[in-house]
Amino acid sequence: MSPALELRAVGAEKAGRAVLQDVSLALAAGEVLGVVGANGSGKTTLVRASLGLAPLTAGEAWLGGFAVRTLSNHKRAALAAYLPQDRRVGWSLPAWRIAALGAPSAGPMQARAAALGALKKVGMAGLAERGVLEMSGGERARVLLARLLVTRAPLFVADEPDAGLDPDAQRLIMELLRAAAGEGAAVLVTLHDLTLAAGTCDRLAVLGGGRVLSLAAPEEALSPTVLRTAFGLEGGLVATAAGPVLAARRSAPGAPALT
Amino acid sequence: MRLLIALALALAVALAIAVAIGETSLSENQYIRGLADPASGPGEILWSIRAPRAVAAALVGAALGLAGAVMQGLLRNPLADPAVLGVSATSALGAAVVIAFGLAGVSGAIEAAALAGAFGAGALLVILANRFETPETLVLFGVALSALGGAATALIFNLSPSPIAANEVLSWLLGSVANRDWGDDAAMLVPGLLGAGLCAYAARGLRMLTLGEETAAMSGLPMARLRAAAVAGAALLTGAAVALAGVIGFVGLAAPHLTRGAVADDPAATLAPSALAGAILLVLADLAARLIPTDQELKLGVVTALFGAPLFALVAWRASRSWRA
Repeated sequence: MSPALELRAVGAEKAGRAVLQDVSLALAAGEVLGVVGANGSGKTTLVRASLGLAPLTAGEAWLGGFAVRTLSNHKRAALAAYLPQDRRVGWSLPAWRIAALGAPSAGPMQARAAALGALKKVGMAGLAERGVLEMSGGERARVLLARLLVTRAPLFVADEPDAGLDPDAQRLIMELLRAAAGEGAAVLVTLHDLTLAAGTCDRLAVLGGGRVLSLAAPEEALSPTVLRTAFGLEGGLVATAAGPVLAARRSAPGAPALT
Repeated sequence: MRLLIALALALAVALAIAVAIGETSLSENQYIRGLADPASGPGEILWSIRAPRAVAAALVGAALGLAGAVMQGLLRNPLADPAVLGVSATSALGAAVVIAFGLAGVSGAIEAAALAGAFGAGALLVILANRFETPETLVLFGVALSALGGAATALIFNLSPSPIAANEVLSWLLGSVANRDWGDDAAMLVPGLLGAGLCAYAARGLRMLTLGEETAAMSGLPMARLRAAAVAGAALLTGAAVALAGVIGFVGLAAPHLTRGAVADDPAATLAPSALAGAILLVLADLAARLIPTDQELKLGVVTALFGAPLFALVAWRASRSWRA
């Protein structure tokens, strides 16, 4: 079976500057792949290039075995669904209406039922009729995640779904994405919190300067060498009862030593 | 559905009042004679003067209300409206060019020029909206476009060799449905219905755009086609409205705001109610223009601006809070 997503030697530019270079990775059904890297390392471009939203200067992106650039909008939506980092919503539609946008081709009753089901999954069933602009950031993030789940796409792509959320909401969002993977979806997610990434992703792709510095299980991917190169951090992952935790300090010259 | 029925009833009542009330007061017997015999004196007043004028106001109001709702949905901007964004001004510029060149008598020339002006502005706004995402930026471009259209129209007005043509251009600038007959109303039906059809087709795209451009692009809907339909529909409606009545501001802004709360903010569900609300607003505004006792009848565009400008300020104030959030 073709991987849900495959990038082969992908390159991309932004304003004439190379943002991605020679990026290759593959993601299978049921797997959560985290993409981590410093600001400006190319995470969002990687996500957008994967979905055909950013033009490629080299290589090819494949969704379910089809080259993205050859796909119609309709076919692409059947193969992948996207949760962008920007959670701005134009109008204060009720939560169920937002979630129902995940199924634009379904009949109104079907779409509403699917939306209510997804809102229940994300713990928002009680606020189905509330306008999304009247909600807290965490509540809105969950409603937008419900919209993603309603698509029932084989690949979910989420760009920093934890941004701006409290630690509990961050973990909840990742648990829900993990649960989707448990039901057979492939999940590509970009994250900044390395402890969260290491604790919830099956594998991590670490980006630095637009290249994949490592692609492996979290403990291996976030080796001390990679942490130093990609983030300028000295330290590593420490195994605890609650999962791996990042213990590191800045490796900038003059930084106080950890004791 | 209940909202649509209520608005349709309200429109019927407004039209009935607009036909019944006017400068010439009629006795009960004259009303009965006028209603029974359109060829009689009172019949002429009711059916050949007041009714086509009231229907023209309703058609123009519906077109502007619908165009406003589509533009607000398309640009995710509660301040969008054909007049605010300069579509009406460029449309009027088209009409002004035709009048100034003495081509007003050529059948369909004003309509075609008004539509061309509206299409030009619509296309430019979509290009700008794709490039600059903040809603404030687009409103500023609209202000610039509106000023440019107004200035070019004033230039034509200035350079026009004929005072009659200049007067006609001035009349376009102020907007009016006075002296419109059934033929004028009928001429608006084709572009109006075509525009409304395109807007109805684009409705699901407007709802999806609530989530932003990229999510909409990934939704599987044919967004390029839906967006083009929305722009073409709004431009057709604005151009048709300008061709029939000149520049009338703020109806396209107000109508969606009056109805949005009743449809839970849904940009698709607000289209039909906005058209009806726009029609009611303009029929009442025209009635006010006719009935306010002044030496010269007030221009319709002046009446809508007097009520609309404070509303615009209120909407801008409320919207700026949500943009900061």
